[in-house]
Formats: sequence, C-alpha cells, structure tokens
Amino acid sequence: MSEVKGRFAGKVYIRRTQVLLPGMKVAEEPEGQYEFVNFELPQEEYFLPGHGLCAGCTIGVIARHMLKALGPDTIIVNPTGCAEVSTVVYPRTNWAVPWIHVAFGNGGSVASGIEAAIKALKRRGVIDPNRKINVVVFAGDGGTADIGFQALSGMMERGHKVIYVMYDNEGYMNTGIQRSGTTPLGASATTSPAGKKVPGNTTHKKPMAAIAAAHGIPYVATANPAYVHDMVYKFKKAAEAEGPAFLHIIQSCTPGWRFEPKYGIRILELATETGYWVNYEIDHGEFRVTVPVPRRKPVKCFLQLQGRFKHLTPEEVETIQAIIDRDVEAINKAVGREVIGPVDPSLPCIPAGK
Amino acid sequence: MTAQVLAPKERKVAQRRIALTGNHAVALAVKMCRPEVIAAYPITPQTPVVERLAEYVNNGELDAEYIPVESEHSAMSAVIGASAMGARTFTETASQGLGHMYENLPIAVGLRLPIVMGMAVRTYSAPINVWGDYSDVMSMRELGWIIYLTQTAQEAFDTVIQAYRVAEDSRVHLPVVVAYDGFWTSHVLQPLEVPEDEEEVMRFAPITRSWVKLDVDRPVSIGAVGTPEWYWEIRWQAVEALRGSIKVIEEVDEEFGKVFGRSYGLAVPYRLENAELAIVTYGSIFGLVKKAVDRLRAEGVRAGALRLRVIRPWPRDLLRKLLGHVDKVVVIDRAINHGGPLYGPMAVELEATLARPVYNVLATVGMRAIDTDMIYEGALKAYRGQWVPDEVYTIGLRGGP
Ligand SMILES: Cc1ncc(C[n+]2csc(CCOP(=O)(O)OP(=O)(O)O)c2C)c(N)n1
Repeated sequence: MSEVKGRFAGKVYIRRTQVLLPGMKVAEEPEGQYEFVNFELPQEEYFLPGHGLCAGCTIGVIARHMLKALGPDTIIVNPTGCAEVSTVVYPRTNWAVPWIHVAFGNGGSVASGIEAAIKALKRRGVIDPNRKINVVVFAGDGGTADIGFQALSGMMERGHKVIYVMYDNEGYMNTGIQRSGTTPLGASATTSPAGKKVPGNTTHKKPMAAIAAAHGIPYVATANPAYVHDMVYKFKKAAEAEGPAFLHIIQSCTPGWRFEPKYGIRILELATETGYWVNYEIDHGEFRVTVPVPRRKPVKCFLQLQGRFKHLTPEEVETIQAIIDRDVEAINKAVGREVIGPVDPSLPCIPAGK
Repeated sequence: MTAQVLAPKERKVAQRRIALTGNHAVALAVKMCRPEVIAAYPITPQTPVVERLAEYVNNGELDAEYIPVESEHSAMSAVIGASAMGARTFTETASQGLGHMYENLPIAVGLRLPIVMGMAVRTYSAPINVWGDYSDVMSMRELGWIIYLTQTAQEAFDTVIQAYRVAEDSRVHLPVVVAYDGFWTSHVLQPLEVPEDEEEVMRFAPITRSWVKLDVDRPVSIGAVGTPEWYWEIRWQAVEALRGSIKVIEEVDEEFGKVFGRSYGLAVPYRLENAELAIVTYGSIFGLVKKAVDRLRAEGVRAGALRLRVIRPWPRDLLRKLLGHVDKVVVIDRAINHGGPLYGPMAVELEATLARPVYNVLATVGMRAIDTDMIYEGALKAYRGQWVPDEVYTIGLRGGP
C-alpha cells in the first residue's frame, strides 16, 4: 500500500476486511435499536474454578459464559493451546461437561467425527434421538486460522452441526507469544519481534469471520467478553443454527499483550470503543452490527495500554488508525449508515474513576 | 502343509464362494461389521475400499455416517472423535496418507480407542511410486497399534472381522491396522468365502462400547495433559494392553476358526519341522516362498518357511519356538530400514528375538517383481555360505549386493 510510510514501507500490504460478501444482506432492523434478549444467566457453573489461566486472561470468561449459555449437554473439543493446558492437567479438570483434546490442528475434524457419531448413534437408538447435544470446538487463533484452518474449512463445507468458537488472543500464546495469522500489524511477538528495521508483525488480522461466512454457513458472529450479554446471546444463536456456526471472539492475553492484569476487560472494551474490534453477526447471510459505537476513541487508546505496541512511532500508530478507519468505513458503507461513529479525540481513553 | 494348519474341520456358518479383489473383500468385511462412522480420503492403492464403502452407504446397504474428509489428518481425527463418542469406526490409507495422519496415530493409542484401519501397503516417496511395499506399515511399529500383515483377500477379509473383536475387547482397547499388499492383493481378483448371513459377523464381533466415551450423562475429560508425574504410568497401561492383547488375538483367531472355518495364528509356519534353513517373510509373496521351499526340499535341502502375521504385539515366544532349532534364518524384508543395524526391519527384530545373526535380504522394494527362482537362488546362496549373516543382500536390485 503506497501510503504506508516509515519502517513498514514496502513490507506491508493492507487489505480491507470485506464484511459484506456477495449475496449477503444488511439486516432489516436498525442496529442502533438492536436489543439483547433479556434473560438471566443460569446459576450453574460448568466451567469450574481453580484453573491455571493467567491473571487477567479472558479465556475463562468466555468458557464460563459459553457453558452457561449452552448448558450441560455440551461436548467440548479443545485443540492444543492455553485453554487446554491450563484447564485439564491430569488428574484435574475444570470442565463439568465431556471434554476431549486430540491435537493442535484438528478441532474441526475431531468435532466432525463426534457430530457424525451422534447422528449415527441416534439412528441406532444408542442415544435418545430427541436429545440435543451441542458439539463445540473451543480453539485458539493458531488452532483455527493457521494449522487448524483446513480442518475447520472441511467441517464447515460439509455442514456438520458444530459450534466453532475461536478465542483470539492474537498469537501462539501457549508456546510463548509467537505471531499467528491473526496477530495485528505492528504487534511485537517472538517470531515477529520489534526490531530497528522491522517494527513487529507486518501483516494484519486474517478476517476469519468473513472467511467462515464465505463458506455459506448459517451463523457467524464476532464477540467480545467485555460485552457479555452480546456474547452469550451469540452462543445461544449458534446453538440454534441448523448447521455449522462460527464465533470469532477477541480475548486479552496478559503476557502476550503485556498489560497489567487489572486491564483484562478494560482493554477489550477499548478494542470495541476504538473500532479496532467490531461486534457483528451474519445470521443466514444477514449482516448486523450488534454493538454500535456512536463515537469512536482513537486506536492509540487501545494500543497504549499494551507492551506489544510500545515500540511503534506515532506515524506507525497512524498507519494502524488508517486501517481501522478504512474497515469502519467499509462497514458503515455496507450497512448504509454510520453504525460506527467518527473518531472523537476528546473522549478520554479511560473515563475518570474507572 | 497349508497356511490353515490350525483350522478345525467343523464349520458352523454357511458360506458362499465369491471372487473379489483384496480391496473389495476388505470393504465387504467392514460393511458386515456395521461401522457407524467412516471417514476416509483417497490414496492409491486403497481407494477402491473407500469408494465401495461410500456405495454401500449411499445405496442404503450400510447405515453409517460417511465423512468425505479433506485430508488423512482429518480422517484419523474424525474417527478418533467418533470412536471417543462410542461409535464403531473405520478408515483406510496407505503411504503418504499414513504419513499425513501420523501425528494422530499415537493419540489413538493413548486415548485407548478401538479404531480399525485398513492399509493396502505402498511405499513412501521419493521418488513417487504408487506401488506396494511395506515401508508405510513398518513406520507404525513403535506407536502402539496392533499390526496384522495378511497374505490374501480371504485373510484380509477375515482379519478385519477379527480386528474389531480384538480392538473392542475390554482387555485391549487399542487401534488395529490390517495391512495387505498394495496391488498384489488389493487389486487382484481372488476367490473367497463369505458368510451367507451377514449377521453372523455381528454375532461374532458385536459392538461392545466398553471403552471410555464422551457421555453427557457421565462427563469425563479425555486427553488431559499428562505431566511428567503421570504420563509414563498412563502410557504404560497402553504398553501393557498391547502386550496382553496377544492372548486376545489368539483367542479371537481360534474362535473365528470354529465359527468360520479359518484361522491363521500369530505366525504361519510351513515345513519347518526338522528344517535347517528357514525363509521368513510376510504378505503376498509367501506363496512364492513356499514354492521355493518345495523345490529346495525336493533337492535335498531341509528348508522351511514362516510368515509373520501379527508383528505388534511381537509374538516373541512363538517365533523362538518355531525358529529356535533352525540353523539358517533368511529374512526377506519388503521395506528398508535406512541405515539400521540391518537394513530390513523384521530382520532386526528376528535377530533380537533369536539372539543370533540372521540373513538380511531385501526384496520387492517399490514393488519390484520377484519370482520363485530368485527366492530359491538367494536361499541357496545362504545355504551354501555364499551369503553370510548380518550383511545386506538384495533380490531383484540391479547391481545390488
Ligand atoms: C503440530 C503441532 N505443531 C506445533 C505445536 C506446538 N504448539 C502448541 S500450542 C501452539 C500455539 C497455540 O496457539 P493458539 O491456537 O493461538 O492458542 P493459544 O495458545 O494462544 O491459546 C503451538 C504452536 C503443536 N502442539 N502441534
């Protein structure tokens, strides 16, 4: 991209994330009046306390609310990654539902087999045919966007009724913060370190939700644990889908993003408040932004709390702001109105008293 | 004199004689075992198996979920998932396909899943060669799978049925591979006997569902992280299950003989009584080997032969018993153990078993054809002292030792 100057010049090509795919429609109802279904979260806990996740890690927030939404008749397939190694170290487990780990790159195919087995066993009367069992893949960004991409694509293409949840901490965190296909531009990771010549990662996030939607599956959504009701609502909708559902959920990572643990949720709020992360859903091809942002904070509010972006020059931060502006513009254009508002530099990054 | 020395005379089950290729015989056996989930990816020379199974499913002859996965890595993953859910499963592969699923092979063992896999053996690239040798299946030996090497379409058919019974036995719970020669068995039309009433197969090998499963009414975590404090003990159970499976394999083979009239044993001896020279090999070339033995015997050489049928678990005691008295043991290997102590994988294992040197011979690599005369000549060289133990010799390699 010609307008990329400085240390990124010649090294990066910035794509616009295409949200509205051919054939997709903007949903009827105006996003501003989008209402969460009013429901109480169940008291029951199926993701149990006592895990080894880092302080400030939001994987637990996602897992816990996912199981509150989906209930006990849920089978979890967990590819290799932080969630697996922190929650199921023999002889302990934090999962009060059936859980299986096989390998890193095969969440989609293991779940395909489980879902197929459920169908066959229902036909043979081994499992009650009226019983609704959710099959969920709970995978990191590496296990989804990179090594597990093929298995995921095959699963979606074949139409297995599986809820695929990608928690996106924007790197291979389990192996010590290497870059992944969803690591953002400029982030320093151990395999894309901030150097004098190259200031960190030279690619921007792989648009997994759009890629999933391009498979024509019934339900795709992005979510953010800082917006719990929106996220829980999306788990429920995913469970109702009559085919594959894909949820791309941003997740803050204390050691990987390098922030103080108390900011785990705050940073995720800033991700949405800055337009860096947009919560939307694509329900049977109908696109809808579920968390509108009337006035945006500058992206530096999101970046400056994180050590992984510390090395960026103001000019490089501007490059990232430009990417977000373009993504926001594309979304607004697709929706036909300003669902994500303009940058308002007068907004405080963190409101006083918070 | 025949391979079926152990077969009892009585036959309980009515059977009919038909002709099928090895691949189609395997597909038919699988169908009779009524798997609930099949996941497969095509690769020569096994493709006709998965094609035929897809036909069975689409014609309504087999009530199973058929998952046409996008790779072998996914095929093994899907059958692992389905098996973990409690379903009877099947997949089949060869060569690069096995290589592609390799990551998941030891996982099926560690999770103790009774998966049955067929394999029409084929060599590994490079150079690319779609033809049959045993380099693929030999590369599975250290992973904990039960490994059968079969000789004919009939034996492949029978062994698939035995494999389900063994794998799902609560004393075992391990995955099983049933291998047979690519092309020489997979693609050759052979006569075989199959039960008239398919239900007989299910009566012999009913689905036990006795293994640990994903069950929403009894949640368990399968595949937990095994720290250094736990991994070894857990893995050791799989080691012990494989060791103990030898008894189950024998029991099942014997009972199969009683019901279907054919059994094979762990290894198949031929004219080994008073033998001073034995030719040991595996797979379809055993027929040629037996002819070479007959010719040697006719010429006054006390020759015999032995076919390895179950190589994991390794039937050490039986092999010692059958070969202990034989002076010269010639092992014809059909895969190369590159740079090993001997260049044939089974030669290495027999040397360790017998605790004395054997004759290490390679043949049929990349499916190079051999005949009875070539085997006869090789054996004669060993007999006459022109070949010495512990060196590498070849049959059929231009310019080879
Ligand atoms: C085939 C294979 N290659 C590499 C690894 C090493 N490995 C384990 S977890 C991991 C990264 C996981 O990243 P991600 O999926 O993003 O999950 P996270 O750790 O961030 O939760 C890697 C590279 C592996 N387990 N398997």
